[in-house]
Amino acid sequence: MYKITFTSELAPSVKLFKVEAPLIARKAQPGQFIILRTDESGERIPLTIADFDRKAGTITLIFQEVGASTIDLGKFNVGDALLDVVGPLGKATHIENFGTVVVVGGGIGIAPIFPIARGMKEAGNEVISIIGARSSNILFWEKEMAEVSSELHVTTDDGSTGRHGLVTHVLQDMIDAGKKIGLVVAIGPVIMMKFVAELTRKYNIPTVVSLNPVMIDGTGMCGGCRVAVGNENKFACVDGPEFDAHKIDFDGLMARQRFYKAQEKETLDRCKNEGGDHKCQCR
Amino acid sequence: MSMSLKKTPIPEQDPKIRAKNFSEVSLGYTEENAATEAERCLQCKKAPCRQGCPVEVDIPAFIGHIKKGDIQAAADNLKEVNSLPAVCGRVCPQEEQCEKFCVLGKKGEPVGIGRLERYAADYLLKNAKPAEKLEYGADAKRVAVVGSGPAGLTAAGDLAKMGYKVTIFEALHLPGGVLMYGIPEFRLPKAVVQAEIQVLKDIGVDVQVNFVAGKTLTVDELMDEEGFDAVFIGTGAGLPYFMGVPGENLSGVYSANEFLTRSNLMKAYRFPEYKTPIYVGKKVAVIGGGNVAMDGARTALRLGAEKSYIVYRRSENELPARAEEVHHAHEEGIDFQLLTAPTEVLGNEQGWVRGMKCIRMELGEPDASGRRSPVEIPGSEFEIDVDVIVVAIGQGPNPLVQSTTKGLATNKKGNIVADPETGATSKPGVFAGGDIVTGAATVILAMGAGKKAARAIDAYLKEKK
Repeated sequence: MYKITFTSELAPSVKLFKVEAPLIARKAQPGQFIILRTDESGERIPLTIADFDRKAGTITLIFQEVGASTIDLGKFNVGDALLDVVGPLGKATHIENFGTVVVVGGGIGIAPIFPIARGMKEAGNEVISIIGARSSNILFWEKEMAEVSSELHVTTDDGSTGRHGLVTHVLQDMIDAGKKIGLVVAIGPVIMMKFVAELTRKYNIPTVVSLNPVMIDGTGMCGGCRVAVGNENKFACVDGPEFDAHKIDFDGLMARQRFYKAQEKETLDRCKNEGGDHKCQCR
Repeated sequence: MSMSLKKTPIPEQDPKIRAKNFSEVSLGYTEENAATEAERCLQCKKAPCRQGCPVEVDIPAFIGHIKKGDIQAAADNLKEVNSLPAVCGRVCPQEEQCEKFCVLGKKGEPVGIGRLERYAADYLLKNAKPAEKLEYGADAKRVAVVGSGPAGLTAAGDLAKMGYKVTIFEALHLPGGVLMYGIPEFRLPKAVVQAEIQVLKDIGVDVQVNFVAGKTLTVDELMDEEGFDAVFIGTGAGLPYFMGVPGENLSGVYSANEFLTRSNLMKAYRFPEYKTPIYVGKKVAVIGGGNVAMDGARTALRLGAEKSYIVYRRSENELPARAEEVHHAHEEGIDFQLLTAPTEVLGNEQGWVRGMKCIRMELGEPDASGRRSPVEIPGSEFEIDVDVIVVAIGQGPNPLVQSTTKGLATNKKGNIVADPETGATSKPGVFAGGDIVTGAATVILAMGAGKKAARAIDAYLKEKK
């Protein structure tokens, strides 16, 4: 069992957990992820490792309550334990001195971009961060991101804070101003990553994105997370989760993300109808 | 008493009923069935059947006990050499192993050795007392077993009985490997697998789940930092192959691994009580002709598909699946599209499967495997109307352990190179066996490799001391 030692709500429906997992904390690197199961009937949920504390033996997980399984997860409190946590999975982010690195975090993608920004800074890069969300109330970690960035730009779709617009607008301005960028790392909704990739492709700026497709085992066994990268099919769980953004078939990826939409709605409705006050009563 | 030339039939669920449920197809022998079948065994002194058993079961001895009505003794006899008799009695291809050599097979049908093994093993599970924990010496050496499938479980059981402290490391949340994620409930109930693993835990084998060797810790770390004196790698053939035809990434295309893992390990057949979803649609095509393909097609029926096809590029004679599985699939109404190969998966505008383009084949000259190779018949293209496709054309070795272990030699296909008699690899103290060495094969061959490796690890550790 994996005990939860700390929880906080970063924004409505966005939660942060610190979880005891000493073996994972010992090995975790920026860019890697874990898979957890809340209980016997639960799904295997992949989540990026947002931070790790090797001394305390904990990992930090950030998730958005979007479906039955994540809503169920959100009902866990300090002292509760997750049934299963496995990792660290996937390849670590390739961190070296690229000169200037622009990190782009959209929505919940701000969580996984943070350790990468920090790692890039520690490697001597100038780190420029662009974080964006639909609205100010679901934006989080501005302070944390500012601390590891030499410049922080904030955008919201509704203009409630920061610049009214999209992360790509800021990136476009930066490019137009002649900023020399060694690497762009973007994590967020697939559609955001697609537009970042389309923008940087025009200027030949190397760009890496991190994918979080449907997967089960996380060890290369099920093939559910396959995605076309260039002329090859890759498994996000073992070959990724980070790939060269300019080679990814984003449209195919988006179609596959909708695979279980009907079933997800079914469990969500069930969860809402039967949900108790502590943990989901679906089981 | 006249001896029947035929095996005592095993009671089974009616095909029409069972095609809609996940309960076991075969109900197992009754006491009377078992007694009748045991009587057929001639108790040969030389017992040719024994040469066909990779885990060295003393077949005439255990059947002899059933003859005398002492089922406990029969089960004890099995358990001495085989940690998983209830599993073997269900999924072992006996017709290719022990029963192939049975003297009765010359004139009629061989003794139903597998059915009797299952009977005795189930008796033990039903009447089980927790097995007694083994006593370990203070200087007992420690062996890590990576992977908890048939090879790993067998090696672990044998090593524990030899006095070694064994820890099994499993990547998934439950031990059993392919026995849990791959083989469906209706052929091998998961409770049976867990009950046999529980016996290993009872005698003192430590099972660590949620541990991905190569990621959580490497094999080198297990030996250098965690103090294991030897390692057995039995990580199986877990890397799914795809066909490489256009449209294979559309929604609705599964690898057999994913389809079966969702249904078996994650229990998606009980969705939404279990929260992992699975989609079967109305018409399902499973590509391939092995046991995994049969499992996929039969699972699809049980999940509610109206039509379930097997699409295989050779003819019925070449189907690699066990005859019994093919027979069961026919009985349940699986539609076999033989001498047929997919050429393209067709999608709709939303990126969903709407059909599959195929071409008819004929058999040409024998290929490297000795089987006649399928050749396309020009102009025979046609479309099948399906909304889910399950690709069951084989699996390769998962590279996670090989790529993170220093000095571990692999072959061109990525399999670990190991001595077939001992499992010894190029790295001292590291042994390997099962599908990770041979490529995808059967449960029993993996178990045989686990057994040989356990013996070799014992010899290695005794010599090292």
